[in-house]
Amino acid sequence: MPLPREAGDLVDALDRKLLTLVQKSFPVVPRPYAAIGEQLGIGEDEVLDRLGALKASGILRRLGAIINSRKLDFFSTLCAMKVPEDRVTEVAAVINRYPGVTHNYLREGEYNVWFTLICPSAREAQRIIEQIKEETGIQEMLNLPALRLFKVVVNFDLEREAARA
Amino acid sequence: MLSQQEKQVISLLQGNLPLTPRPFAALAEQAGMTEDEFIETTRKLMSRGVIRRLAGIIRHREAGIAANAMVVWHVPPEQAARVGEELAAAPEVTHCYERPATPEWPYNLYAMIHGTAREECEEIAAKLAARVGISNYRTLFSTAELKKTSMTYF
Repeated sequence: MPLPREAGDLVDALDRKLLTLVQKSFPVVPRPYAAIGEQLGIGEDEVLDRLGALKASGILRRLGAIINSRKLDFFSTLCAMKVPEDRVTEVAAVINRYPGVTHNYLREGEYNVWFTLICPSAREAQRIIEQIKEETGIQEMLNLPALRLFKVVVNFDLEREAARA
Repeated sequence: MLSQQEKQVISLLQGNLPLTPRPFAALAEQAGMTEDEFIETTRKLMSRGVIRRLAGIIRHREAGIAANAMVVWHVPPEQAARVGEELAAAPEVTHCYERPATPEWPYNLYAMIHGTAREECEEIAAKLAARVGISNYRTLFSTAELKKTSMTYF
């Protein structure tokens, strides 16, 4: 039985192996957790227990399909806004209310609020951007849709990270 | 275009895969399909590139990858392809895009770097700058995560 883990606890070596593996690919077979267990030399039950604990502690955010929004003819863009420091929380609440806003980060620099927006069309994205400007009274907004994609990788080698840390 | 069945599969897979021994059977049941049909439809969507893959997505901060920097580069347009490809080739770069430059914001290439600490990201950016021969760049560190979720398409 794996020990119960609490949020913030460090993951062990086997967890890191498991996370590195499931970030790369998850088998599309009837018993995927058994298949993963086979690769790691552990049982299906232990894979399920460990993934459940990683999910509960928040390290594993989601286990599911990574969708290519372009193939669905969705439009996606990166927006940046100049938001006065004392208004960040309030403005973020306005922006985050839109379900198409999937990521939003506060960053250093004059354009400090950076968010991604995914919409069924470019026109819809423009409409939302205008609404955000109007509602917040902030006109300084960049709309930066990707012109060319050179790389997207979302898996981290946690074993390598651990070795370097 | 997508069939109704394909949309159903996407709508079930855009969330969380059940942590039960036969997760596809559980989802198939919700969609009124057989497990075989669900798996077959998923594989077809993968071969068409609509689903890139099934995978776990981690929260980097909790996993100890603490620093995340967006490095923006001001690159002459005729060099954007070369520099973009060179940046993308670096293992430390997870995302690399060309985006439009504007009069207020002249940067046209974007590379995301993740590291265990801020200094590490800065070193990586400097090393990349020397390699690609572009000195006009800025490293924008994130100071707070205001939202992070996954898109609900259907």
